[in-house]
Amino acid sequence: MTAILAARDLRKDFVTARPIFGTPTVVRAVDGVSLDIGQGETFAIVGESGCGKSTLARLLLRLIEPTSGEVWYDGEDLAHIDKNRMRALRRDLQFIFQDPFSSLNPQMTVGALIEEPLRVHGTGPARVRRERVAELLTRVGLRPAHADRYPHEFSGGQRQRIGIARALATGPTVLIGDEPVSALDVSIQAQVVNLLEDLKDEFGLTLVVIAHDLAVIRHMADRVAVMYLGEIVECAPADALYSSPRHPYSETLLAAIPVASHGARRAHTPVEGDPPNPISPPSGCRFHPRCLYATELCRSARPELRTLPGGRQVACHHAETLTLEGLTNAEAARSPAATERFALYARAMAGSATAPTDKNNDP
Amino acid sequence: MPSPADALPILDVDGLSVRLGKMDQNIVDNVSFTLAPGQTLCVVGESGCGKSLTALALMGLLQSPPLSISGGTARLGGEDLLSMQPADFREIRGGRMAMIFQEPMTSLNPGLRIGEQIAESVRRHKGVSRAAARNRALEMLRRVRIPAPEKRLDEYPHQLSGGMRQRAMIAMALANDPELLIADEPTTALDVTIQAQILDLMRVLQSETGAAMIMITHDLGVVAEMADKVAVMYGGHIVEAGSVERIFTDPQHPYTIGLMSSMPSLGRRQDRLVTVPGVVPQPGAMPKGCRFATRCPFRTEACETVPVLRPCGEGHEVACIHAPLENLAARDLRETGT
Repeated sequence: MTAILAARDLRKDFVTARPIFGTPTVVRAVDGVSLDIGQGETFAIVGESGCGKSTLARLLLRLIEPTSGEVWYDGEDLAHIDKNRMRALRRDLQFIFQDPFSSLNPQMTVGALIEEPLRVHGTGPARVRRERVAELLTRVGLRPAHADRYPHEFSGGQRQRIGIARALATGPTVLIGDEPVSALDVSIQAQVVNLLEDLKDEFGLTLVVIAHDLAVIRHMADRVAVMYLGEIVECAPADALYSSPRHPYSETLLAAIPVASHGARRAHTPVEGDPPNPISPPSGCRFHPRCLYATELCRSARPELRTLPGGRQVACHHAETLTLEGLTNAEAARSPAATERFALYARAMAGSATAPTDKNNDP
Repeated sequence: MPSPADALPILDVDGLSVRLGKMDQNIVDNVSFTLAPGQTLCVVGESGCGKSLTALALMGLLQSPPLSISGGTARLGGEDLLSMQPADFREIRGGRMAMIFQEPMTSLNPGLRIGEQIAESVRRHKGVSRAAARNRALEMLRRVRIPAPEKRLDEYPHQLSGGMRQRAMIAMALANDPELLIADEPTTALDVTIQAQILDLMRVLQSETGAAMIMITHDLGVVAEMADKVAVMYGGHIVEAGSVERIFTDPQHPYTIGLMSSMPSLGRRQDRLVTVPGVVPQPGAMPKGCRFATRCPFRTEACETVPVLRPCGEGHEVACIHAPLENLAARDLRETGT
């Protein structure tokens, strides 16, 4: 695998309180993360609130400055190049936000919003840029005429399409999405997920997706990194992670997903307690206070992320000896007639894929 | 949705309709269901389907104007909630029926200690002494498994984590032993491991108290974990209703099928997600007949009349004239002669 984007020992501290006397309170939001993202893959970063996944995403594109560490893209360390060079590289590296409305200037028309990155990067003349805007709008499932409207006239799903069109404008190679579909309704979410996958194939993009929804990740990702309190605790191919997690926290996350299938209700004991306060993380392994398998070693020594035979990375002292449970039996149990109905629906949708969409895509 | 458990419903909703301003279409239209003690009904649907408005209407919390109840009855143990005076409603709300919201901070008073809030509600409805109410508050915090409850009693809501706040709100809702609990997306804002804890807690408490529960959610996973009965809503209508088993193993309505198809599977990786095309029409601009018709791949001219909920199996109803869809396919094949 050729890495297109790689992090080495990346750290970000946030100072939350700076008293006049005494030491400031520091949150280690990202605490020594190293990862390699392969050319053309979909790489997912999952974890619960406060685990540092959004901070990591922003560090990877240097939307915020790292405290220390390196981010390598195409032979250059993004963390240490000057601002002008970084600005030039932004053409290649684009970001999609969770709430497109808050990232779109409400006073600009959709056309101006999508054209802005082209103008900044000196793509011209104006006529060429406008043609490109029309082409991008069509590509994301909107219409060229929508260029004259304002963001508030669009629904959530359409705004996310606008955000994607804007991110695509400069012809990027890497697209990082921070919860790109989690604010959307299920049926709209599916439309945007399909769009992202189509665009990835069409433009040979590398996609990095930050999410908390493990079903969406299951569908989209080739590889998944699981984060807990600023660290990657497991990094593995999606299939392997879901069927046989190697870190107890990954097992916990998978067991907590409510499965949309009758009879899937499991007799699991949910993990007790809240995630610890990142200001004062536990000693040793950060997951040990909530871990079913914790030993004395886990309380005292902090496990490093290490590579197991076969290539999976795990930060657990006991990864070799634990037998953890993955997601089994997550397939929906349906009657034969219902199975036929689902196939019928899928065929009907494939047949009339565009007709009803266009009619309703008017804001 | 007749089933043996419905013999003596605690709640009987019949034809509930809600109107927005002077709009000539109801935004919740002719919603009917019954609920027996100890039963959980999950109302599932996407934004704007009317699921939250249904819950608010039952709690007498519709913002009026512009919203108003335009028809129907909802009997809680014989009394009609929909025609009740606000003063009488205040007696019932927080007493015989209680509500849990998505964001606990909207229903917890940020300026009152947790213990005081729960005790206040107990005193209001049970008329007990201050000390007894405080004891009840402590007991409730214990029952929702908040660690160090004696300490939490004197803390303010902002001092609790999101999961603990949700527990405190559940404690408050259950403090007066309600017969009916309405939970509107109670776990949507929580992380997945905390969600699992809260759902587990709600199941345990419900089996202890025997309260009936209406749970509003957009998450079919939560439905599968919690529901006895399910009502699928779209555009203000219940389009399909039935036992949780029937809804998941034998769904009938094209919208239910589309919604389930849109969800990525956890079990295996699919090529491409099957979607529901387009978007929900604006309220007031719904199609005249079946409100799902604009997005339905099976629509025909016959869909221009409003479909009624009709039985389609034991304890299962669907509002689609084409159900079961496999028959439609067979008819098409005969008509085209292939």
